[in-house]
Amino acid sequence: MQVQTHVDINSEWGIVAARQAGRKLAREIGFGSVDQARITTAISELARNIYLYANKGQIYIEEVSNANKRGVKITAIDQGPGIKDVRKVMEDGFTTSGGLGAGLPGVRRLMDDFTIDSEVNNGTTISAIKWLR
Amino acid sequence: MYQLYKEMLTNYLRNKSEHTLYSAQQFSKEMMVKDLSPEEMVSLHISVFKEIVEDLPEEVIDSFDLLLEVMIGYGLAHREHLSLRDRQRQLESELNVAARMQQSLLPSKELKVDEVDFGVTSVPAGKMSGDYYHYIVDEQGHIGVAVADVIGKGIPAAMCMSMIKYAMDSIPEQRLQPAALLENLNRVVERNIDSDMFITMVYGSYDPKSHRFYFASAGHEPGFFYEAATNTFHDLKTKGIVLGVSPKVQYHESSLKLEPGDFVVLLSDGVTETRVNGEFIERKDVSQLIGKYKHLPAQLMAEQVFRELERMQDFQLKDDFTLLILRRNV
Ligand SMILES: Nc1ncnc2c1ncn2[C@@H]1O[C@H](COP(=O)(O)OP(=O)(O)OP(=O)(O)O)[C@@H](O)[C@H]1O
Ligand SMILES: [Mg+2]
Repeated sequence: MQVQTHVDINSEWGIVAARQAGRKLAREIGFGSVDQARITTAISELARNIYLYANKGQIYIEEVSNANKRGVKITAIDQGPGIKDVRKVMEDGFTTSGGLGAGLPGVRRLMDDFTIDSEVNNGTTISAIKWLR
Repeated sequence: MYQLYKEMLTNYLRNKSEHTLYSAQQFSKEMMVKDLSPEEMVSLHISVFKEIVEDLPEEVIDSFDLLLEVMIGYGLAHREHLSLRDRQRQLESELNVAARMQQSLLPSKELKVDEVDFGVTSVPAGKMSGDYYHYIVDEQGHIGVAVADVIGKGIPAAMCMSMIKYAMDSIPEQRLQPAALLENLNRVVERNIDSDMFITMVYGSYDPKSHRFYFASAGHEPGFFYEAATNTFHDLKTKGIVLGVSPKVQYHESSLKLEPGDFVVLLSDGVTETRVNGEFIERKDVSQLIGKYKHLPAQLMAEQVFRELERMQDFQLKDDFTLLILRRNV
């Protein structure tokens, strides 16, 4: 059975709810405590960006699997302003908050697969998968 | 790794010895080499701790959740540090290549002419230099020398400096007319170089038959003229606006006669703006220093002056340094 939940993000509460959902699924799939913390941190960062820059959006959390492994997939979707220069925001040291290593480059590091799709004035979709080893 | 940490923690809980703490310090180095992240280290501690201490209070176990969550952030900062370090290394090696390329823009053949004794030293404050020097001997045996200084430092100044070389190459031979040369160069610079970049330059040419030294300057730090007969230094007084400010500029040309043993010194402001204990040294101090080494061949003289000034500022150059000396042989 593959589970999918989604959480609306329009307040700090939404961020916490998304973390909770993510941690629950990660634990069920069998991730250890370090990876659970990594996955929830990635969810926080994505959800916080939605909240801060797009005001509202959704976080989808689902189990994924391929031939021989299982994982957690997080998808963050919003219809906000979009990101003008994606390459730049993916570079280390470019977060506006100067947040040491966090932000989108941090999400990419915390997770295994990472894709970002953003169009100015049309919103942003980011998805990231962590595979169980 | 697990076993090793388990032994260390067991030992420490038993005897609290400094020796075990020392092993832990060595262990941390090893773990960093293995790229173990801070959160993984914490997690290792937790599992080992749980194993060797039975019936840990629930609060202790739960408290680790909080610690782990906090350590994720440190882990990210650590990994960012590693990736920035790699990038820094890459930039460093690119910069080394660029610095070598820049070096190749300077004259490579030594200037060997019987009538004069010539020396030049140029040292960048960083990897790349905003100073430029040039020398050439034309078919008639006239010697052209120049020192230029881009106002500003670092890579932008260095890139600008590279352009001067090509600007010099692009203007036709007029090596005996310093003022005309600067006027032409000014036009090229004005047209091609950003308006917020300024270049100062002094150009001189020496005619070994008449022993006259002609020179003109575009806002450049005045050089020195050493008169052997009276053992005195004079400023090479010049007037002229820096290159690139306005398209039509006229430069004033002066000349003087060199007697045997007389020499001229061209320099960049990195020489005169040497700071010792926070204060600029005086031009007089520079000429005195040059005078101190005047018994040496020009090349050694330039090198010695550099060495001494470098030592005076504790080997930390604030600005690019260029010193060029041309002496009439006896
Ligand atoms: N969902 C989004 N919609 C619009 N812009 C976004 C979105 N997510 C990120 N951005 C833009 O990308 C930039 C980088 O985001 P990132 O999360 O990497 O860093 P940050 O939010 O500026 O700082 P930090 O997350 O470290 O506190 C943001 O400053 C913002 O301009
Ligand atoms: Mg952010």
